[in-house]
Amino acid sequence: MSTTLIRNLQVEADDYTLLADDAALPASGKLIVSYARWHAEREALLASGLVIGLKIPNTVDVATVLPEIAERPLIELDFPSFPDGRAYSQARLLAERFQFKGELRATGKAVVRDQFQFLLRCGFNSFELRDGQDPAACLAAVHEFSVPYQQAADHAEPVFMRRRHGAA
Amino acid sequence: MYQYDEYDQKLVDERVAQFRDQTRRFLAGELPDDEYRMLRLRNGLYVQRFAPMLRIAVPYGLLAAKQLRMLGHIARTYDKGYGHLTTRQNIQFNWPTLESVPDILADLATVQMHAIQTSGNCIRNFTSDHLAGVAADELVDPRPYCEIARQWATLHPEFNWLPRKFKIAMSSSTTDRAATRVHDIGVHIIKNEAGELGYTIYVGGGLGRTPIIGVKIRDFLPEADLLSYCEAVLRVYNRLGRRDNIYKARIKILVKETGPVKFAEMVEAEWAQIKDSYLKLTSADLDRVKQHFGSPAYAADAASDTSYAQQLASNGRFSAWTRRNLKAHRVPGYSAVFASLKAKGVAPGDIDAAQLDAVADLADRYSFGEVRVTHTQNLVFADVQQKDLYPLWQALAGIGLATPNIGLLTDVICCPGLDFCSLSNASSIAVAEEIFERFENLDDQHDIGEMKLNMSGCMNGCGHHSVGHIGILGVDKKGEEWYQITLGGSSSNDASLGDRTGPSVSRADIANAVQNLIETYLDVRMSEDESFLACYRRVGMPPFKTRLYAKVEAEA
Repeated sequence: MSTTLIRNLQVEADDYTLLADDAALPASGKLIVSYARWHAEREALLASGLVIGLKIPNTVDVATVLPEIAERPLIELDFPSFPDGRAYSQARLLAERFQFKGELRATGKAVVRDQFQFLLRCGFNSFELRDGQDPAACLAAVHEFSVPYQQAADHAEPVFMRRRHGAA
Repeated sequence: MYQYDEYDQKLVDERVAQFRDQTRRFLAGELPDDEYRMLRLRNGLYVQRFAPMLRIAVPYGLLAAKQLRMLGHIARTYDKGYGHLTTRQNIQFNWPTLESVPDILADLATVQMHAIQTSGNCIRNFTSDHLAGVAADELVDPRPYCEIARQWATLHPEFNWLPRKFKIAMSSSTTDRAATRVHDIGVHIIKNEAGELGYTIYVGGGLGRTPIIGVKIRDFLPEADLLSYCEAVLRVYNRLGRRDNIYKARIKILVKETGPVKFAEMVEAEWAQIKDSYLKLTSADLDRVKQHFGSPAYAADAASDTSYAQQLASNGRFSAWTRRNLKAHRVPGYSAVFASLKAKGVAPGDIDAAQLDAVADLADRYSFGEVRVTHTQNLVFADVQQKDLYPLWQALAGIGLATPNIGLLTDVICCPGLDFCSLSNASSIAVAEEIFERFENLDDQHDIGEMKLNMSGCMNGCGHHSVGHIGILGVDKKGEEWYQITLGGSSSNDASLGDRTGPSVSRADIANAVQNLIETYLDVRMSEDESFLACYRRVGMPPFKTRLYAKVEAEA
């Protein structure tokens, strides 16, 4: 079963494979492992020479574990249900406060067109769409709101900045 | 009042378009029921017992005449001709069709109104003092701060999917008229000893199933830091608030389980990271919004009018109304006038299309084109000259909005109950009506004095029963309506939760029960100056309880 990946606002093939916690390491490739496995086997995983991204549960305080995760090329944050918004806060912290420069991927039940612009604004640059989502509709939703009130990780100029400039 | 600029208008228009598309996809079967439910809730649309219910935002309760007329148009065109004012200063319509809601929202957008975040687990409408800008005991007008915070909260990308709903209220006066201590965040605008403006912050208050009075987590927050501090509170809550149990998901439970001191430490630690960010308000940001709330052009000679004194002397009904339904204004010769929406035979808070239109005209004629919705479900004309009080009273009497009962027993706060709500256990409106009939005699009511009788049809507490001087809560016992009574609640400065009297009483006994409580009060009060609440706090539960249950049993 293949899922649709949008990365940097393009539909792309997913070059990462999610590795189950009890699966053996392959000889090559790009992998996503759970944070738990990373935490337990970090030395061995680093020594393997593989490209390793992390899947982090939405109950983890990213500030606390930052030294362990900051250098990874990919961090995947999870939305285990449609209304569970914890990963929005995780994403903003990683993208804005901690300047995470890698791939910040959203996965799970909220990765749909109706939440797409919010996800983007919170710093996600990669989206594993939930089944049944039309990627074109998701990409169109990026422009649903053109005048955000808040500054966020997408660097769209917020209304209050436009007003400050307008008044100057 | 605040006027949208091109940005505010664009955002509301874009929300209409988005919601229209979401509704279209739902009706076409492209959007699952459960997801559409959560999306429509974020735009104020519930599906109730008989029909959808649309809750429209009235930021901090302020309405312009053209907005009132639009609400009248909506009542006539899309509903059964009336709306209902809520305890959070909003207005809701109980009979629109789902298909018509995008059109209603488009109509609302033409008068700078919307339904964004009036329900759902997100930051809700900001509420404030209905006497903002005119009260004598006010430090500064709280509405500019509400408006700034409203914009920050609107479609906030991080906080639209919280564990539970989130309500913020602001007050800037000696007397708290905004029930701030029973909100998720309560903001008191104050000055510190150095004379600088800022805020005292309370968190974790709330009514509902587990009523709790909010705790203070910061004595003084500088004026520029309102948004960063709110953002810090919300971020801690979004991360740690419980999502495993809907009844434990409000921030009040997190504050309670964490402990207020520890919770405050977490907020402060988060705030330290963001207080010097773009969230810090500049004086230009504040001034831009404050200029929308300047004083209107008051007549300098308002107090020199003599007709008012003559009318008072010659018309007993008018003078009784002024004693009850006027509040002092800071400008000589002006008053704030309450239009009572608690008339006999009308559900508390209901207002029909003709009344909405008439109120708009009266606002234009007598009060600078604006009215306010109060959390007690009445309306206020905030700036009325004394020479206009008599014609305003006549006009209000002509449309059934001049019942002189503000703050009295029949000024009941009440939820829609079984008549509309699918959660309710109680026919709140019918019970309110029965109580109204029993205490209709105004002389008796005046003798009873200041009284808050609050009634909710279920534990969610939309009728604020927990903070009523007398609170009534509908409970279900094997399919029958029963009523649990509490005494001694208050949402003002002396905020407290009511104490339960004991076993609940039946539908047949509830009006008797209220009468017994009132009679007890009249017997045991020290003087007419001792209010029901003060009396209860002095003598405690025993005399009330004894009489309540003795009588109920005797009559049963």
